[in-house]
Amino acid sequence: MEEKILLKYVDVPDIEKIEVYQKHQGYQGLAKALKKHKPDDIIELVKASGLRGRGGAGFPAGVKWGFVPKDSGKPVFLCCNADEGEPGTFKDRLLMEKTPHQLIEGIIITAYAVNCHQAYIYIRGEFSQAREMLEQAIKEAYEHNFLGKDILKRGFHLELSLHVGAGSYIAGEETGLLESLEGKRAEPRLKPPFPASVGLFKGPTVINNVETIANVPHIILKGPEWFKSFGTEKSTGTKLFCLSGHINKPGVYELPMGIPLRELIFNYGGGIIGGRKLKAVIPGGSSTPVLTADQVDVAMDFESLQEAGSMLGSAGFIVMDETTCMVDALANLTRFYAHESCGQCTPCREGVSWMEKIVRRIEDGKGQKGDLELLLDICDNISFKTLCPMGDAALGPVVSFITKFRSEFEDHIAQSRCPINKDKSIKVRG
Amino acid sequence: MAVKFSRQAEKEFKETLACYPQKEAALLPVLHLAQREFGVLSDEVLEYVAGLMALPSSRTKSVVSFYTLFNTKEVGRYIIRVCHTLSCALNGAEEVIEHIKKRLHIEVGQTTDDKKFTLLECECLGSCNTAPVMHINDRYYENLTLEKIDQILDSLE
Repeated sequence: MEEKILLKYVDVPDIEKIEVYQKHQGYQGLAKALKKHKPDDIIELVKASGLRGRGGAGFPAGVKWGFVPKDSGKPVFLCCNADEGEPGTFKDRLLMEKTPHQLIEGIIITAYAVNCHQAYIYIRGEFSQAREMLEQAIKEAYEHNFLGKDILKRGFHLELSLHVGAGSYIAGEETGLLESLEGKRAEPRLKPPFPASVGLFKGPTVINNVETIANVPHIILKGPEWFKSFGTEKSTGTKLFCLSGHINKPGVYELPMGIPLRELIFNYGGGIIGGRKLKAVIPGGSSTPVLTADQVDVAMDFESLQEAGSMLGSAGFIVMDETTCMVDALANLTRFYAHESCGQCTPCREGVSWMEKIVRRIEDGKGQKGDLELLLDICDNISFKTLCPMGDAALGPVVSFITKFRSEFEDHIAQSRCPINKDKSIKVRG
Repeated sequence: MAVKFSRQAEKEFKETLACYPQKEAALLPVLHLAQREFGVLSDEVLEYVAGLMALPSSRTKSVVSFYTLFNTKEVGRYIIRVCHTLSCALNGAEEVIEHIKKRLHIEVGQTTDDKKFTLLECECLGSCNTAPVMHINDRYYENLTLEKIDQILDSLE
């Protein structure tokens, strides 16, 4: 029987209320953390659990916390990144709407571990319902002395504020997020210095994704060995896999790391809509290289997807069936990145818009000989030449779509039209 | 008419400032507050916010222009944002947009004559599992069908 960690109680009625959450082991991890452990012990436990960042990069959370200098003399800040915006990803919204206290408990433990007394949740502006849930939950947590002064009479104090974004993909990039939280345009910063030493308001800062932090109370309560009993050796725990696109049962599935992609699509997801054939899957949010249908036996963990030439990223799996035109799909994604480029770095600002125009003209039957080489050349001129990872995120789909579906692009150019019989209509779901 | 926060907004403004060690960090929430209060972030409103925040008005304008949820021009009472990023596009976003355009007799980016609706396309709303999706003012409308869109638009006063 499968066991869940994060979504275990998601269907319990009123689990968003503190009394109900407490009846389901809620805030027991926090009580244990404050009563039995020193801050450094928490860091060691999380390191031992192997918990890796769920926002996309997969960096070990405990190691990140360990980078915070202990003697800087400046206040330490914690920012929970709830600016979920990577196309194909919708797990953090679920966690916030359904189990806001799980996140808040994780934030308090994390803050305790890194000696932080002011934490922020940076939530994307469109997530009104999640915001209301969190506002209410934060209020309850203050009333129960889980936030504020002298938490659980253990002398630790923490203030937690919600910071609402205003519509910007790049604000989800960690240094873009810091700029935005400081009341500026969300233009990413040059690294180093890394946020762990110079972050929010120039203080040492830890930035973690919602799902990462939500795992922390469980690790403290049940121990790192228990956590490691889920998943693979290097990708421990469960993962919230987001499934969307041409799929019968789209949704968020919590499964142990390392489950084959085939199982997610054909077992949990109920297969391809209309009984059609699978053509391609983007595995880790739109920035990650696309996989072909014959790659679906890959295991869903950080290492296996990297070996397959892609990334687990934010685990946003976008499924495309045989009626999908890959040129049209790529035109859609390049438009996204062109729209979201902050404009600071020339290669990203100019290059991504240029790529959008070229891909769109190929789809419109106006492609020219040499366009594919030109696209790949632009990619080469963006790669590693921008301040933040957005430039490389934008070219992930371009390079992989052209490499894996080259003949489809060539057919568009040779025939001066889109040869695919697309079906992009509103489907009636069974 | 001089731009000025109501007493309630003034109170909220002060509470917001208290969440940050530096005043300017409150700029985004204060802009949200001003938009709720005045509807549109006009030049006059942005001057007022700049004054409150002790920032140059070029700064408030620069910040506002960066984000998609701030309105600097007159908009309808309901702002319809239809997601057209990949998962929604694969599931009928174009059809949704065409349907709303025909029904409201406007193009994307326009507002109906009665100032009720503004139609916009937007990038990923983070609700790909319920595609196609639109966002109207503070609410998500998910798993859209053409019939459902009609019902939703009819239900809005």
